Amino acid sequence: MNEPMAQNDANLALLFAADPAGPAAIEVERLVKQYKKTRAVDDISFRIARGSITGLLGGNGAGKTTTIAMIMGLVLPTSGRVAVLGHPMPQESAHVLGRMNFESPYVDMPMRLTVRQNLTIFGRLYAVKNLAERIRELASDLDLDDFLDRPNGKLSAGQKTRVALAKALINQPELLLLDEPTASLDPDTADWVREHLETYRKTHDATILLASHNMFEVERLCDRVIILKRGRVEEDDSPDGIMARYSRANLEEVFLDVARGRVEVPAS
Amino acid sequence: MSELALHRGISFHRIGAMILRYWYLLLSSWPRLMELMYWPILQIITWGFLQTYIAQNAGFFARAGGTLIGAVILWDILFRGQLGFSISFLEEMWARNLGNLMMSPLKPIEFLAALMAMSLIRLAIGVIPMMLLALYVFGFNFFALGLPAIAFFCNLIFTSWAVGIFVSGLVLRNGLGAESIVWTLMFALMPLACVYYPVRVLPLWLQHVSWCLPPTYVFEGLRALLTEHVFRADLMASALIINAALLVASFAAFLALLNSARRHGSLLGGGE
Repeated sequence: MNEPMAQNDANLALLFAADPAGPAAIEVERLVKQYKKTRAVDDISFRIARGSITGLLGGNGAGKTTTIAMIMGLVLPTSGRVAVLGHPMPQESAHVLGRMNFESPYVDMPMRLTVRQNLTIFGRLYAVKNLAERIRELASDLDLDDFLDRPNGKLSAGQKTRVALAKALINQPELLLLDEPTASLDPDTADWVREHLETYRKTHDATILLASHNMFEVERLCDRVIILKRGRVEEDDSPDGIMARYSRANLEEVFLDVARGRVEVPAS
Repeated sequence: MSELALHRGISFHRIGAMILRYWYLLLSSWPRLMELMYWPILQIITWGFLQTYIAQNAGFFARAGGTLIGAVILWDILFRGQLGFSISFLEEMWARNLGNLMMSPLKPIEFLAALMAMSLIRLAIGVIPMMLLALYVFGFNFFALGLPAIAFFCNLIFTSWAVGIFVSGLVLRNGLGAESIVWTLMFALMPLACVYYPVRVLPLWLQHVSWCLPPTYVFEGLRALLTEHVFRADLMASALIINAALLVASFAAFLALLNSARRHGSLLGGGE
């Protein structure tokens, strides 16, 4: 074994060593996803602490959605390992699927069913206790009352996003995976959703992994940012840490630096 | 969806939730309800009048009263049973809802059980008016077949589920580009299952293939019942054994195709 490889393995061993605080919410170890000639995810590793909000950034095709899909068990990795709430995925997914939830632009809620019917069905799938009460609570929190009995297909894009968020929160998940949660929302509603997510994290000690193109959102919400580029982890630090390393005032500028291959600027 | 934990209990609560989902959908769309009845009624009217005409002009069919109408009803149970199963599955693909279900605690076995229940509900909505029409317009009482009718029904519905499970797996793996298989695969079985003619009509080598299909036993059983007034329990038992093997094989194929879909990332899009 050569030296860099040995060092790498030693780092991984440290990364996945038993944590005295208990297992991390998400552990990703040397994850690879190869689609024929395309390597969508290329040997990435990270560990996400419970109770944190982490932003997954990257341009189109950087591997964000594939990474999240592998964490959820929707896509099987070519190699590597994923563990969620201490359970390897997808082998032990039955232990964790009821404790997590997600929202993604790649899925919809059934259009012909009303918001209440949709929430009822997902509530039952997640075995939510006092479901009618929980739906009332979500309707009040997410301002769904006016269209609770309207078919999902007749809602505006913003309303649909709020309903999708309600579905994602129906089981009060310990782990929430969000892919572009505020896309298509007006600034006011988007701000309100972010506030709701922050409150949810605090009140439920939940872990949130968030893929977004909205740098302002990531700066505001996230304790930590992982930037992917061509399937590899390019940066992994707090938003302030990354901005300081690139000597940039905001994440948008950092994102452009990373996307365009500009190297980090040593802080003076 | 966690197929790797089959040993953990099946939740009837989750199966019920999925049935409720399809029930809401049916109630929300009158064209869906109408379509369930439209084709079976059209079938029975067309074939019923043909049977009436033949019975008036041919000695054999006059003796074997109801063979044709009985076969039409049984064929519809087989075809509509599979369609009822597969269309409920396709509704998830069309609605782009499969990802939500896959990420929920719903297990494949529970999902499939809900689809089976829905195929029975859709079948009842479509076929009961058809049977009543056959009774009051053409004087063919399917229910008067008694116990054999239950044996015919069970065997056909088991075959329809086996085909439905396999086809759903194909669509899951290949996306909606494979949707046409849902509508066409059962018709490929039609000539081999000998719906309207006895197995002996086929060339010998094809007869061997035909006897591998459970519906062949059912249609032969129907003809034996109506023309010779004999209930062939041996045929029903053989069909049941083949159906059991087909159900196990189709479930295994579904899981393999689901895994393949996960490997190829097909569950993310679910499109064409």
